[in-house]
Amino acid sequence: MLRFKEPFERRSKGGWPVISGTEKFSHNLPQEKILVFIRGSSKRELSQKRGLATTFFNVQKCTLTTKRWLEPSGGLNNDMEYFLQQLINGVTLGSIYGLIAIGYTMVYGIIGMINFAHGDIFMVGAFISLILIVALGVTASMPLALLILALIAILIVSMALTSVWGWTVERIAYRPLRGSFRLAPLITAIGASIVLQNFVQISQGARNKPLQPLIPGGFTLSDGSGDSGFVVQLSYSQILIIVVTTVLMIGFTTLINKTSLGRAQRSCEQDRKMASLLGINVDRTISLTFVMGASLASVAGLMFLIYYGVIDFYIGFLAGVKAFTAAVLGGIGSLPGAMLGGLLIGLIETFWSGYFSVEYKDVAAFSILAIVLIFMPEGLLGKPEVEKV
Amino acid sequence: MSASQPLLDVRNVETHYGKIIALRGVDLTVNEGEIVTLIGANGAGKSTLMMTICGSPQASSGSIFYDGEDITRLPTHLIMRKSIAQSPEGRRIFPRMSVLENLIMGAETAGNKDVEESLKKAYDLFPRLKERRNQRGGTLSGGEQQMLAIARALMSKPRLLLLDEPSLGLAPLIVKQIFDAIRDLNRTDGLTVFLVEQNAYHALKLAHRGYVMVNGKITMSGTGKELLARDDVKAAYLEGGGH
Ligand SMILES: Nc1ncnc2c1ncn2[C@@H]1O[C@H](COP(=O)(O)OP(=O)(O)O)[C@@H](O)[C@H]1O
Ligand SMILES: [Mg+2]
Repeated sequence: MLRFKEPFERRSKGGWPVISGTEKFSHNLPQEKILVFIRGSSKRELSQKRGLATTFFNVQKCTLTTKRWLEPSGGLNNDMEYFLQQLINGVTLGSIYGLIAIGYTMVYGIIGMINFAHGDIFMVGAFISLILIVALGVTASMPLALLILALIAILIVSMALTSVWGWTVERIAYRPLRGSFRLAPLITAIGASIVLQNFVQISQGARNKPLQPLIPGGFTLSDGSGDSGFVVQLSYSQILIIVVTTVLMIGFTTLINKTSLGRAQRSCEQDRKMASLLGINVDRTISLTFVMGASLASVAGLMFLIYYGVIDFYIGFLAGVKAFTAAVLGGIGSLPGAMLGGLLIGLIETFWSGYFSVEYKDVAAFSILAIVLIFMPEGLLGKPEVEKV
Repeated sequence: MSASQPLLDVRNVETHYGKIIALRGVDLTVNEGEIVTLIGANGAGKSTLMMTICGSPQASSGSIFYDGEDITRLPTHLIMRKSIAQSPEGRRIFPRMSVLENLIMGAETAGNKDVEESLKKAYDLFPRLKERRNQRGGTLSGGEQQMLAIARALMSKPRLLLLDEPSLGLAPLIVKQIFDAIRDLNRTDGLTVFLVEQNAYHALKLAHRGYVMVNGKITMSGTGKELLARDDVKAAYLEGGGH
């Protein structure tokens, strides 16, 4: 849901820049996702503003709530409904961050490098999905089974393409620099990131790319009849994101902990030389790590697209920085840490912007990161250094 | 393959670390079924030879044949899939894997279909590992780690086992246990062993043949008994030894 504080400032949810430019944007925003908060001192003022809001958004059905937003005194909103809605939004956002964070943490774990080009893989994943959705004419009016099938097919193609990109970048930009000074692959990573961003900007244009909602609707958990008058919704797209993320994370954790490939991955992470002495193809394992990270990021890309309905060439940078923060918060190199960190960053950001101010949500997220790192330098679930052999 | 052909044949191998030379033309053979030991002072180049056989680092000149095949330029992981296994210097146990997982890693790429059987053998050889099978490798004692390193190397059912200083830093009782295990493996399974040791007395007693390395070159060779009897060997490597 998008939330607008009066007087219809262009707001974004959970920190994602969604709207820019001055055009009316009703054509690219799902109506049921718009929630406008109006504050007024008299009934008359409120009804005036309500009228303005409906005109401004050019929608009939937009949900208006005239009840408290932030009290003029700045007091906190303590409605249960409001809290619940923030929780739902935070978990959704956290899921997306978590999926991206896994790629950072695994690559760091195995070659000790921050893959700065990873956020852009997420962005490219979103773009590939968008292009395929438009090309295949996938819309919400399709039969549900067909829609699901189409989305799965799109996801597979998108994962395959981003995997190829992840693999290629490792091959040409990082591998030749392995064993060189530590900063070298970092610089090529930033280069790879710029290349990808600019390529998308030039080939797809710099403007926002909107998408009609593919999975509209949802459950109304509270219809606004409560004290707060606040409508709590759990949209189908949120359910989809949370379910897909959970399934993927369980599957991926199992892959890493129980399978041969996972053992190879972990062995390379702990001692590459020893892994090769046991017949493990280290180069191939590193490549596969990039491929796995890229696949998960492209899933996050599709989820983001479905959820927010608008993407641009720059979303990878913002999401990348957040997901990287999540990975560090959880303990870089730790898989459960990345998931936990993602969830926490999503929640912190959402709650901060829900209760305090949207402007400072990033400050909040980074401050909490700094505080955690002061007391737990390895991150929340990081590995104790003592075990290094 | 002719019976006279050595299982491992190192010919005039030189190895460099950057510009520094570590091996200066090493010749050495290990025949099937033998225990061969390489002794030498710290920094002589013993571990370097061990690792050069495994292709990491690769020899800068000379050649290495395994079972008649030139493996000098093969990447490490392909060499290690040829029934060669190494328990390296410093043991290199995966610290955040359980004992069981460390063992399974040993069998991962060897095409060993019967992992269960190999596991059972490993536990029979070192019952202590069975007790500790769910403990993380990083939390084992030095002796247990050494047992695990050897057991892990054996998981691939190798023909040639390379052992780099298995006695380093261990109590005499555990050293004896480990050396007994090596002797048993050689006698009952016909395992070929190439053993690098600073503990020269025990190593030469155990081995059929031995080599002495000084500053990257082989300076002496002979049967274990011959070397043990030589005054220069005694003076250089057995002073205060003989325990
Ligand atoms: N990774 C390395 N980089 C540079 N020099 C090394 C490296 N490993 C060993 N050396 C050098 O090579 C020589 C032989 O070392 P090594 O093979 O470890 O001897 P040993 O096992 O007999 O004690 C030593 O001078 C050592 O300093
Ligand atoms: Mg050594």
